[in-house]
Amino acid sequence: MAKMNLKVNHKTYSVDVDPATPLLWVLRDHLHLVGTKFGCAVGACGACTVHMNGMAMKSCQLPVSAAATQEITTIEGLSENGDHPVQKAWLDIDVAQCGYCQTGQIMAAAALLKQKPNPTDADIDNFMSGNICRCGTYVRIREAIHSAANMSKK
Amino acid sequence: MENKTSRRSFLKVSSISGGGMLLGFSWLASLKPTEVMGAATGAKDWVELTGFIKILPDNQIKILSPNPEFGQNVMTSLPMLIAEELEVDWKKITVEMGDYDTPRFKSQFTGGSQSIRSAWGPLRKAGATAKWMLLQAAANQWNVPVAELTASNGTVIHKASNRTSTYGALAEAASKLPVPSNPVLKKSSEHNLVGKPQKNVEGPKIVAGKSLFTMDYQVEGMLIAMAIHPPAFGMQLKSFDATEAKKMPGIKDVFDIEVYKKGYERAGFDTRTFNHLIVVVGNSTWEVINARKKVVAQWEPIVETKEMVTNFGRRKEETIIPAGLESSDKHMQKMLELQGQKARVLRKDGDPEAAFATAKKVIEKTYSAPFLPHNTMEPISCFAHITDEKAFFVAPIQIPDMMKQNIVANLDVPADKIEMKLARMGGGFGRRAYGHYIIEAGLISKKMKAPVKLIYTREDDMTNGVYRPAYIVTYKAALDANNNIIAIHIKGGGIPEHAVHENRFPAGAFDNYLAEGWELPSNITIGAFRAPRSNFIASAEQSFLDELAHAIGKDPIDFRIELLKKAKSSPVGKNNEYDAARYIGVLELVKEKSKWTATPKGTHRGVAAYFCHNSYAAHVVDVSMKSGQPVIEQVVSVLDCGIVVNPDAAKNMVEGAVVDGIGNSLFGGLKFDKGVVTQQNLNQYRMIRMKEAPKKIDVHFVQNNIDPTGLGEPPFPPIFAALANALYKATGKRFYHQPFINELNKKA
Ligand code: FES
Ligand code: FES
Repeated sequence: MAKMNLKVNHKTYSVDVDPATPLLWVLRDHLHLVGTKFGCAVGACGACTVHMNGMAMKSCQLPVSAAATQEITTIEGLSENGDHPVQKAWLDIDVAQCGYCQTGQIMAAAALLKQKPNPTDADIDNFMSGNICRCGTYVRIREAIHSAANMSKK
Repeated sequence: MENKTSRRSFLKVSSISGGGMLLGFSWLASLKPTEVMGAATGAKDWVELTGFIKILPDNQIKILSPNPEFGQNVMTSLPMLIAEELEVDWKKITVEMGDYDTPRFKSQFTGGSQSIRSAWGPLRKAGATAKWMLLQAAANQWNVPVAELTASNGTVIHKASNRTSTYGALAEAASKLPVPSNPVLKKSSEHNLVGKPQKNVEGPKIVAGKSLFTMDYQVEGMLIAMAIHPPAFGMQLKSFDATEAKKMPGIKDVFDIEVYKKGYERAGFDTRTFNHLIVVVGNSTWEVINARKKVVAQWEPIVETKEMVTNFGRRKEETIIPAGLESSDKHMQKMLELQGQKARVLRKDGDPEAAFATAKKVIEKTYSAPFLPHNTMEPISCFAHITDEKAFFVAPIQIPDMMKQNIVANLDVPADKIEMKLARMGGGFGRRAYGHYIIEAGLISKKMKAPVKLIYTREDDMTNGVYRPAYIVTYKAALDANNNIIAIHIKGGGIPEHAVHENRFPAGAFDNYLAEGWELPSNITIGAFRAPRSNFIASAEQSFLDELAHAIGKDPIDFRIELLKKAKSSPVGKNNEYDAARYIGVLELVKEKSKWTATPKGTHRGVAAYFCHNSYAAHVVDVSMKSGQPVIEQVVSVLDCGIVVNPDAAKNMVEGAVVDGIGNSLFGGLKFDKGVVTQQNLNQYRMIRMKEAPKKIDVHFVQNNIDPTGLGEPPFPPIFAALANALYKATGKRFYHQPFINELNKKA
């Protein structure tokens, strides 16, 4: 066990956990930020995607000790009122089916748009292929990312 | 408006605290006492009209959605049916997921593409009933005939005297009125909500990452539990040593549980997965994951057992669970061997043997498909808190009511003490029809005397599954000298069931027809999977018909339509399950919408159609090849599922089915090696990703006024073959064995 400070969504939390604990479980079990999902715990599904210093990161692959001094953003902190352009586009296009993968998808998409404000289909396909949607909403995700990109331009 | 009233026909009145009235709407007109849900129905001032509608004096209106939600959007579309008849502003009402409360809702079942189909009448009736009572309450108050009143946007209006009153103001009085037995429903031409796209009511919560799923559920003092099951099918627990595990930080206890009691007579969905488990319970997920590794367990082979199972009200059936460690390659050998032996005749028309004997040419092809894991995005989980007062669950379960007798029998809880929140499910696809995990969580909570959340890791989920069975089928056609098909023979088997639907197309289109089936028992657990038999048999049948069409030089769509016309005008046999006219309808529309004869340059197209779960579906798939791998350029899909309640959500479902079907046919396949699942997580098991998804999916619905039928399953089965047929055009190779990627990458 080790005490450490975590900066999540601009708040500082102090936790006392095994430093090897994946950030995913600290977010979910200790900070009760359950928007970051557990899907595989081996880095293969993207359900657990968060931002570390603005970059998309699979929180199941990140020991909490490595996240300790970094700026972490989870879906709960992506926007104040759930109105980030990506979230808005997701609602406009009504992307979700079961919804379980969607917070990870949204975090990945938001990170993509930060790097590439105007992604092509190929950019999207490459960047987003780390995130599985078992319900098969990929075509809508693609459309929503383009729509969010357009929204941000205005 | 008809105003015959009856208190006994389908509604039951009882008081709730706070002076309001509760009207329990009974789905199938059977009268069971309605239980008051206490805290669940909540605030004092809510007045309930029918079991589905709650109204506050300030005209806030809530509609309860009865059926579990796993992404098919019933939480939006079912309340739409109520709101349509109730005459309320959809934008102003709120929708809430109903708890498990079958006396109130009567039917709470999500599966078999049945939600909309079975709710269509009853939920509209619930809305109309409440509206009638509100109108009657206003009529009484104003002393005018009810016929002079209209209802709109949550308000009753008397035009003649220019008076209006909100539902909120009338609800209390309405709730005390007798209940009409047969309120008049709107005509579909009068619908202003049904048939217009409405957004997912939970969309804002989903994109904000709110706690919606069982996995997310947390309460003060909650413990985390994980189970250890045998490493292989065909094994069981012999003994274990938890000394080290118990010493690990945060660990509360390690013990074993027997999920179903000895002698428990299983019903429909009580599939017995691994029944004897080791359980590790602790404070946090990570601590339990680590301690679980320290448990030392000994396993032993199972012996063959026989069990009586009552299947869905059908007769009791004996199920054999054989001993042995099964492997996929042996399965295949055995299936091929059994294909050569005698099988049960399922249907016979004419004299197929004679026709085959005189055939000038016989075309015979064999198709197979492996076991499939559901891999719902949210792995299996369940929250349970069993106390003396009640057994409380938060459960992701498709069919809560069918769990009741299981909970009563295996947790020793009286039925009236069961309380269950039906959490939004992170995918179902049939997997969450099998609620063994509810019993597991309950047993753990009972033992720990604490609130417990049972979590399956992805490995647990994949290796303790209820898989889509493995299947094989051979299609054989007899051709005469003029290339007329004079007989069809279908023979199929599977582990542990065959997939032959003997009364579906092409039965009915051939004078000489024979369908046969056999099954091979297995100790690998199987179950529902988005129409498990249909999705395999459609892939085989529709590939075979394509191959036949090419063999006799006919256009694949015209060939199918020709056969269906024959089945329509002079059907062979009596039990044909499908409506040939609707089948033809989807084929004609997909031909038109895809501009069938104008294949875009550089692409190759394939078609397939199928009927299941009361609906008809057809797809045209366009592929191009890039470095030997298929790129899905476009899919055009046509569905005939009657009236479409929520068109955009329905499109989303079809798109999902298309992606799911392409993924599973290209990549899906769970392998076993001596009982061990060889792919145990998503880094070892290929699922379709964004890169492989179609670039475009164009969905169309046949417009008609037929009462809605299913949509969850029907678009799924035919996509496999549409892809196989397109791949044939692209590569010149036929695809007989799933997953197609293996065939595709095989060196010629
Ligand atoms: S849970 Fe982290 S990638 Fe799947
Ligand atoms: S919406 Fe269900 S997994 Fe993506």
